Amino acid sequence: MGGRERRYRVVGSPRRKVDAVAKVTGRTLFADDIALPRMLFGKLLRSTVPHARIVRVDTAKARALDGVRAVLTGGDVPIPFGILPVSQDEHALCPDRVRFIGDSVAAVAAVSEDIATAALDLIEVTYEPLETIGTPEAALETTQPRIHDYGPAGNIHKLIDLEFGDVDAALAGADHVREDLFLYGGNTHLAMEQHAAVADWSADGKLTLWSSTQTPHYVHRALARVLELAPSRIRVIATPNGGGFGGKSDPFNHEIVAAKLAMLTGRPVKITLTREEVFYCHRGRHPTLMWVKSGVDRTGRFKGMHFRTLLDGGAYGSYGVASAYYTGALQTVTYHVDRYRFQGARVFTNKPPCGPKRGHGTPQPRFALEVHIDKLAEDLGMDPAELRLAHLQPPDSLTANHLRIGSMGLGACIRKVVDGAAWKERFRKLPDGRGIGIACSSYLSGAGLPIYWNHMPHSGVQLKLDRGGGVTVFCGSTDIGQGSDSVLAYIVAEVLGVAVEDIAVVTADTDLTPVDLGSYSSRVTLMSGNAALQAAERARDILVRHASAKLDVPAERVGLADSRLFDVENPELGMTFAEAVQTAEAGEGTIGTVGSYMPPRSPGRYRGAGVGPSPAYSYSAAIAEVEVDRTSGIVVVPRIWIAHDVGRSINPVNVLGQVEGSVYMGLGEALMEEMVYRENRNLVHKIPSMLDYKSPTTLDMCEVVTYLIEDPDREGPFGAKEVGQGPLLPVPPAVANAVYDAVGVRIDEVPITPEKVLKAIKDRDKGGYGRFGPTRFPAIPWPEPIRVPPPWEGGDGRAAEGDTVGAGGVRPSSVSTASLPVAEERQH
Amino acid sequence: MASRRPDPLATAQIRFDLNGESTTVAFAPHKTLLEVLREDLGLTGTKHGCELGECGTCTVLLDRQPVLSCLVLGVACDGVEVRTVEGMTDGPRLHPLQDMFADLGAAQCGYCTPGFLLVAEALLASNARPSREEIKHALAGNLCRCTGYLKIYEAVELAAAKMRGDDFNPEEETLYGRP
Repeated sequence: MGGRERRYRVVGSPRRKVDAVAKVTGRTLFADDIALPRMLFGKLLRSTVPHARIVRVDTAKARALDGVRAVLTGGDVPIPFGILPVSQDEHALCPDRVRFIGDSVAAVAAVSEDIATAALDLIEVTYEPLETIGTPEAALETTQPRIHDYGPAGNIHKLIDLEFGDVDAALAGADHVREDLFLYGGNTHLAMEQHAAVADWSADGKLTLWSSTQTPHYVHRALARVLELAPSRIRVIATPNGGGFGGKSDPFNHEIVAAKLAMLTGRPVKITLTREEVFYCHRGRHPTLMWVKSGVDRTGRFKGMHFRTLLDGGAYGSYGVASAYYTGALQTVTYHVDRYRFQGARVFTNKPPCGPKRGHGTPQPRFALEVHIDKLAEDLGMDPAELRLAHLQPPDSLTANHLRIGSMGLGACIRKVVDGAAWKERFRKLPDGRGIGIACSSYLSGAGLPIYWNHMPHSGVQLKLDRGGGVTVFCGSTDIGQGSDSVLAYIVAEVLGVAVEDIAVVTADTDLTPVDLGSYSSRVTLMSGNAALQAAERARDILVRHASAKLDVPAERVGLADSRLFDVENPELGMTFAEAVQTAEAGEGTIGTVGSYMPPRSPGRYRGAGVGPSPAYSYSAAIAEVEVDRTSGIVVVPRIWIAHDVGRSINPVNVLGQVEGSVYMGLGEALMEEMVYRENRNLVHKIPSMLDYKSPTTLDMCEVVTYLIEDPDREGPFGAKEVGQGPLLPVPPAVANAVYDAVGVRIDEVPITPEKVLKAIKDRDKGGYGRFGPTRFPAIPWPEPIRVPPPWEGGDGRAAEGDTVGAGGVRPSSVSTASLPVAEERQH
Repeated sequence: MASRRPDPLATAQIRFDLNGESTTVAFAPHKTLLEVLREDLGLTGTKHGCELGECGTCTVLLDRQPVLSCLVLGVACDGVEVRTVEGMTDGPRLHPLQDMFADLGAAQCGYCTPGFLLVAEALLASNARPSREEIKHALAGNLCRCTGYLKIYEAVELAAAKMRGDDFNPEEETLYGRP
């Protein structure tokens, strides 16, 4: 630790999280750990068929069962909800139609979990089956029945077509053009804690809900809407999440049902999902088919890139519109792209709904882009690391799609891993069966826009200063294990010169804490951190003003450190922090401050410009080393080198933990994790258990060499950017590129399972091209593109004149099929 | 269906050593040790991830050996010795494993942590100087979705060093990454 720069007292030093002791002693209360007197247990009856009209629900026998206190069906909670204002398509209990196996039809509250479960067996549901739509291709071809009655047509939920400059002309003028197809399979969060909620209704008309949610503010809004209660009568407390990863970001039907059952019975009600239910609740990674065609010059500079995505959304909207936009938003922020076109489609199928998982919509296109670049580099005879370094998007710049880039440490990241992994000595030089591959990525430090349109802050903090010298931080942010509570304490302690241990943190309670939008989009350190910084600076100013008067020292000479305020030119002259609070309180009354954070306005003004902007972008580069067994196809990853541009580490040991955890999850997605449904068995989940849904154990996890790049960003608190999601992204493509280096086959599909590797190896051994991956992108009725000139072609962020912004019309003539026979794959 | 359900009022009673204290508890006879600990004894430090014996989250020590408490019936625990995370601290002092997990951020969400701590404690009781490979094998039955396991290995290694009386300061790379 010796030679490290010590610019700050707290920021930048490794230390325990504020909740570390509670967590290692088992004292942290998760939602299912809460037990209230007279508490009932709720259970949801879930659909056993994938798509059907509900003809009849007979609950008489269940109601008659001894110990049952309430039974609900769809008619009891008729108001729809959903996380996005544009897709309020869910019901707490389905009123007339089920859309996937696992959809909720009825609910029971009973005096024990066993009785509640037994009561579910007594509910009789009569279904009238509807045609089941199992694949995105089937969704595109099936106009009736429609899973939902909204969206541009049939079972298409969302179509996007954005063009930044004339891409066809750019491709025509490029030195080299290549097109590729990729498929990223769906996978799920698999947080160790199953979702749970406890609701309590008081006879004075107040509802309290404790829930393992990442977004208590949005749950608060959904409860008010569905239960028709004033938000002021509802208190939502997000309990510490036993892992989130995006899987607890939607308002869920079990939360609403628990609340409704508590209101009906006047007793607390707990609903804890089983692991199988968690698999069906899902909201995980969208399976995404991708086509990319790009034209480069001889140095590998992107003259034009055309990217298409097709997302299998499952049965509901969830975050899907945002997910779809995200599959096209961040291709431009790593390497400069002169002209860019993105066409994205999300379709409904009768499967558990997809939503946001760590990286939300961006790991899929990142996989495609980084493998595509690996192939381009080979086409051009260039080193793929050099190609990337030569064309980095510059710092403090605008991208083709009008995203504003601030600090940009990707070059430093690439150089770190290239040196660390001895890339130049090893790439294309390792013996057969061993290989290394490189890939990079970027991610948001918070979404630039909120889920619902408003002009209020994204994060708020209140500080209470106590006469005894303690400081309490109140913030709506939710700790899901990433350490957001600790970040608040570190920042306030840094500014006020007190010990972290003197800070109390109260978070995620809609009665007590100012709104923070939630733990998603890697927004919390930057946004709630900035709010805490502002509140702390305001408190510091008050204390300094009073201390300055009392000590008779100019305000600019008053320093704060070691729980004292003192004259920086004569440190003996001073007072304790507690005395400073007392002096200020005597002078002007109770001392409290507020801080808030609103992201800067993004330059994009076209429809769709709301997804992609962020106050700051993190950058990562990774090199994966693999060993591939030619006889079995088994891929082993012994080591990954990763460098992450975090801006500044507020607490480096926790930043490392986020990087390592991201690499781990990326490795799982790369090699094994996949949501699979039995198409010949009504789309039942093939593997809804932790044994059969393969995730990496200690024996699968690789060694990780981590480099933190600290290039402070002006938008982040102390320069900090995100770390929780971005480092996942480069891992799957780095592994795929390493597999090619090892055995010369391209696996253009995630997960990279032994079966796929073996198939590609056999294909190559027989003289084929040695590729496993999709071969066709289906026809999609794309709308007329919204044309937005890039900044360097005079664009001001608005759609070009004559383009009707927001036109959702379908132009049949634009139907196109990108078909890529395997034989074309290696034509260069 | 209802007729096959057990008598909801039936109870079984056991006496066992729980975290060093002789304990008597009565509970519905079909309950697992996990349920007895959490629901009948109020010890919610033991968590559950699947209740099917797949994830290791609910691990406790039964007669000093790690077991999945979701697969052990409460009635099978009469006369045994059970240790849960609540019993790991020495009075107000953290166990060296708890200290090191806290220092290195080896507990992120903390949900799987009690299970990992107890498996690691059992490992260190039989092997004071486990290699990285031995640690990996000992912990292979416990899933963690947050950490990627690496900080957990390092915490176990440092705790082992501390318990042996060796130097247990973490490497600079463990705290700051590779320079």
